[in-house]
Amino acid sequence: MPGCFKENNKIMDHFFHPRNMGAMENSDAVGKIGNPMCGDIMHIYLKIEDNIIKDIKFQTYGCAVAIASTSVLTELVKGKTLAQAKKISNKKIREVLGEMPVHKYHCTILAEQALKSAIEDYKKKHD
Amino acid sequence: MKKIYLDYSATTPVDKRVAKSMHPYFSKIFGNASSLHSSGKLAQKALNDSRGKIAQLIKVNPEEIIFTSGGSEADNLALKGITSGLNYPGQHIIISSIEHHAILNTAHFLEKQGIEITYLPVDKSGFINIGDLEKAIKPNTTLVSVMHANNEVGAIQPLKEIGQIIKKERVKREKDNNSYPIYFHTDAVQTLGHIPFDVPDLGIDSFSASAHKLHGPKGVGMLYLKNGIKIEPLIHGGAHERGRRASTENIPGIVGFAKALELAYEEMDEEIERLSEMRDYLIDNILQKIEKSHLNGPRQNRLPNNVNVSIEGVEGEAMLIDLDYFDIYCSTGSACSSASLEPSHVLTAMKLPPEISHSSLRFSLGRWTKKKDLDYTIKRLILTTNRLRNISPIK
Repeated sequence: MPGCFKENNKIMDHFFHPRNMGAMENSDAVGKIGNPMCGDIMHIYLKIEDNIIKDIKFQTYGCAVAIASTSVLTELVKGKTLAQAKKISNKKIREVLGEMPVHKYHCTILAEQALKSAIEDYKKKHD
Repeated sequence: MKKIYLDYSATTPVDKRVAKSMHPYFSKIFGNASSLHSSGKLAQKALNDSRGKIAQLIKVNPEEIIFTSGGSEADNLALKGITSGLNYPGQHIIISSIEHHAILNTAHFLEKQGIEITYLPVDKSGFINIGDLEKAIKPNTTLVSVMHANNEVGAIQPLKEIGQIIKKERVKREKDNNSYPIYFHTDAVQTLGHIPFDVPDLGIDSFSASAHKLHGPKGVGMLYLKNGIKIEPLIHGGAHERGRRASTENIPGIVGFAKALELAYEEMDEEIERLSEMRDYLIDNILQKIEKSHLNGPRQNRLPNNVNVSIEGVEGEAMLIDLDYFDIYCSTGSACSSASLEPSHVLTAMKLPPEISHSSLRFSLGRWTKKKDLDYTIKRLILTTNRLRNISPIK
């Protein structure tokens, strides 16, 4: 099954060269989903100015697709407004990453949830 | 770049000598062993010679060997065939909770048919407890099936003690006038040809094995069934395998199986020593050089070629894919890697926390593994770990 990813350059690219990877000091919001029990943990850190996501970083414990999904997510969302970012779906992530086995879709869904969780966190802190 | 294959417990390459022994039986000596003419007779000779050779190596009678399509079929035949063959009402089977899915899922199926199943727990090293087995045996227990050695963590089960318990139970049943028989089956797919396996001495009534685990071809295996045990076939049809498993015999496969086993027995002592040394070398190096790494399974009573480690903070499949990119092939017990999204049932049965299961890697060594392969693997594993730990939120 990992062998099939050799055909998918996008997944391999983001897995070996993840963008916006790491923790963020003084973030404006943090989204955390998953737990060690399910084998996937994603953290999203946001820096927000004038309702625009100025900077975004991620940390992921999970398989290659999970890491690639969060990497792609950060690229899709960086520089967008919060309203625009909310619209980024797991489908969009899969559009970018390309074909993957159906049982891997949940990685892209988790990435979407991680972002939503971060946006929720921001809303809570600023309402 | 040389491919470093470290997944020998999944399957092995067919040895050149085995392939050579099989070749004449594809198109030269191709007859149907049941045919009465000379072409058939030649095939039948090959079948009998192979069966005889295997019987001699494992010290059983030739007619006690039933050739199958592999280990999974043998496991199915053992559980389903023995319980159907007995045709006693209200049977009870005891298996371990770390059996291969070919035993586990067959047991689940039989459970739905009304047969009671007990799943023996294992300790944190992956061993069953003999006391648990003793307590679990009931007057209507007809079959105990415990794998010889576990494929994921290499734990070699106490078969001799199990055999003794079964013997004791038989004596008890005679005294109690209990006519229910009790049989002892073991899934020896990971052990036949790899470690010594004295069938009579261990008190085994039946065992499953598979050729492709010992440098034989895929698609052929066997069930050993002691004389006197009635079995209901899975595959009905012709009278092949003494009416216990219909289907025109896979002569090339069976010839290959016999040759592979012969070679395995010739080289066993040396291989055990060579592999154990390399196994321990790999384990020691990983534990020493990668912090927060753990060995899963025991250090003693472990398959000579099995290494299973967990590396905290890094997910198993991510490590597997990273290593695969660098031509190192291994396997993982992580959930992400199974289409069912569930972590290894073996590691779970050993009560390892889920994060440890999800961070596990199995390296299984074999005939062509060299020490420099392990040195390269260790180096790459360190780099992989550091890279993925950098990405991970778990510090």
